[in-house]
Amino acid sequence: MPVSLNSSKAIYAALKASGIRLVSALPETWLVHLIRMAEDDPEMTLVRLAKEEEGVGISAGAHFAGVGSAMLMQNHGFLASINGIVSFAFLYRIPLLMLISYRGSFGEKDPWQTQGGGVTEPLLRALGIPYFCLQTVESVPLRIRQAHELCASSLQPVALLLTRDLMWEE
Amino acid sequence: MLRLDCLRSIYSQLEKCVVVTIMGAIAAELQSIGHRPNFFYLQHAMGLASSTGLGLALSLPEQTVVVLDGDGSVLMNLGTFSTMARYRPRNLLHIVFDNESLLSVGGFPTATATGTDLAQIAKAAGVPRTATVTDCDAFVVAITDALAAKTLTTIVAKVEASGPAKYVTDLTLLENRFEFSRYLRTLKKPLR
Repeated sequence: MPVSLNSSKAIYAALKASGIRLVSALPETWLVHLIRMAEDDPEMTLVRLAKEEEGVGISAGAHFAGVGSAMLMQNHGFLASINGIVSFAFLYRIPLLMLISYRGSFGEKDPWQTQGGGVTEPLLRALGIPYFCLQTVESVPLRIRQAHELCASSLQPVALLLTRDLMWEE
Repeated sequence: MLRLDCLRSIYSQLEKCVVVTIMGAIAAELQSIGHRPNFFYLQHAMGLASSTGLGLALSLPEQTVVVLDGDGSVLMNLGTFSTMARYRPRNLLHIVFDNESLLSVGGFPTATATGTDLAQIAKAAGVPRTATVTDCDAFVVAITDALAAKTLTTIVAKVEASGPAKYVTDLTLLENRFEFSRYLRTLKKPLR
């Protein structure tokens, strides 16, 4: 499977370095290595979801308890989470560190992903969620650390878009 | 059975727990009995109170977490039963007040009014302990047993579709949220 193990390792290491100890996830192809790393790590609590919006509540509960968390999801999972993001995370100032696989953009071969790709960034902008497109493995440690810092200081959602250039090796 | 009577009858037990409620009548009624810093009222995001309880229970294994849910909310997130059951934290008690109605928006019947059984859904999803109760004495016994069992439990309490005259209280959302999180972070030992 040409999902980048190298990039996945860099992302996971950066999450650990930022103190993330709970990850919620719904499997998607580009996230397989990250989910396995979380599963195999005795220091990490992995919560496998039925639907991504549950992750907003789980991250909120973890935050209230003082546990740093992150959400791993596909961009369609972000779309499925929007009510929770607005009516919980924004309403109650919950920091959500969202790592979103950016399907449906340049290079996408699966027709079913293409609509979600087109609306991901416009929706992030409409919601006022700060985001950064991670395109190179070299940028991963700094940008994940910065995203976590902004998330923690602003007490609001922050997104990192995991692009095809970062996650897929062809 | 009145939800307010149920809440009064277990209030002394809730005092020792980390409590998450849904919006509307449950939040207003619990506050009318007495707000505490270990109570968080999720005044929107319907369906996510149980997910919040799961996040709390996994992050605070020494505490007992009680979620006060409702039929309308839980029907919006039935997947929560399978996620709770998957991790089945021993310190999570999920109480669903089922009035078969979306009371706060005019009393429209929910699917539990036409036969959907939330305790059976919870059981089929893998929640190890489930029960449905229809009177207050049975409710108190079910809650007391569940807290003693230290096993993930869903209790469905069938209650009348009635609530307080108004839902907005003088406790602001953010005041509640920051008081709650600050309080949890001071906890060194279980409340119980």
